[in-house]
Amino acid sequence: MSFRLTVWGCRGSIPTPGEATVRFGGNTPCVEVRTDDGGLLILDAGTGLRRLGAQLEGDGPLHLLVTHLHLDHIEGLRFFEPFWHAGRELHIWGPPSAVHTLEERITRAFSPPLFPIELADTPASVTFHDVPHEPWEIGGVRIEARTVSHPGPTLGYRLSTNGAALAYIPDHEPVLGVELADLEPEWISGHAIAEDVDLLLHDCQFSENEYPSRVGWGHSSVAHAVEFARRADVGRLVLFHHDPDRTDDGIDRIVERAGELWGKDSGDRPVAACEGMTLELP
Amino acid sequence: MEGRAQKHLALIIARELASQLATATFIADAVGNLVFYNEAAESILGRTFAEAGSMPAEGWTTQFQLEELDGTPMSLESMPAGIALLEQRPAHGALWMTGLDGERRQLSVTAVPLFASATECVGIIALFWQSAPDDA
Repeated sequence: MSFRLTVWGCRGSIPTPGEATVRFGGNTPCVEVRTDDGGLLILDAGTGLRRLGAQLEGDGPLHLLVTHLHLDHIEGLRFFEPFWHAGRELHIWGPPSAVHTLEERITRAFSPPLFPIELADTPASVTFHDVPHEPWEIGGVRIEARTVSHPGPTLGYRLSTNGAALAYIPDHEPVLGVELADLEPEWISGHAIAEDVDLLLHDCQFSENEYPSRVGWGHSSVAHAVEFARRADVGRLVLFHHDPDRTDDGIDRIVERAGELWGKDSGDRPVAACEGMTLELP
Repeated sequence: MEGRAQKHLALIIARELASQLATATFIADAVGNLVFYNEAAESILGRTFAEAGSMPAEGWTTQFQLEELDGTPMSLESMPAGIALLEQRPAHGALWMTGLDGERRQLSVTAVPLFASATECVGIIALFWQSAPDDA
């Protein structure tokens, strides 16, 4: 079984429409993952989800895998067209907190005064799932979720079939308080999720110069993204969660720097995610 | 975005740890300013951290009404978090606390100073839980 990914949003923090972000896009995280037998999984529910929802066909159950509940990752949920179809079966998977279930946590964002309609009043049939500790399967895809270093309960996901594996860790600060080069893999946040995958979509919000004044914000510099990917022996690295102040030209410079750090003899050089990008694996 | 003061890395990591715990956890900086408490603490302290916000030592020591087990008011100097802060040593104790929801609860508290180096205390971390009189 193979995967085909389409990026519907890859901007971090807040949507950034405008002439400076036309090429890479301004919608916040959402990635469509299709399997070759027609299966569909959706990674995150940022504002990119709205456009994806508008073009989805069929009426089968939908599964959304949410990494965490910061607004840029759930903002699109309220405007996801299937939510407003009577009886449409939606399954939303994500992290509980230490105290509250996923449903309790999402309900806060889906109720007045933040939104005019209560979650319970939406016509779709929505089921919330606190992600299990053990891997589980949806439509023949094995899914594994692990908590990663980012403020508040936050997950990275690993999706695998018998022929391909990908990891999605859009918000991640694996270097917080540590040097990746000095650590055994089991002490590196997210390593088990990303290890040996064919494709890793990973946080790359900051430049190396920006990071020192943003320690603890939960994100990676380009150098951290590359180093993490190298430690996990991933096949391809796709830079994700672009800073809202980063222009298209600025992202070009980040990609150039990532290529320098990646090295010439290390396979495919990193690229930056952009809206509309499709990726196939294997 | 540039104006946000950088906390000490030890405090940042302590907050990250606290946010992953189901044990009520409270963090103050080196001068006693409450800088964070986690979700588990919210149900005991009676208000979310987002609502309560950061506050100086004189704020949290009066807003959370603390008493010795015999009901006499507890001073900062005698509460475990105060000992960790003022004397820079670990402390454990039992006390009564009336949270911001007006409910009085008996708690056990363990507080530890956070030393970033042998001479630099950057704050304290206190773990606490509701207890029965015999648990103290």
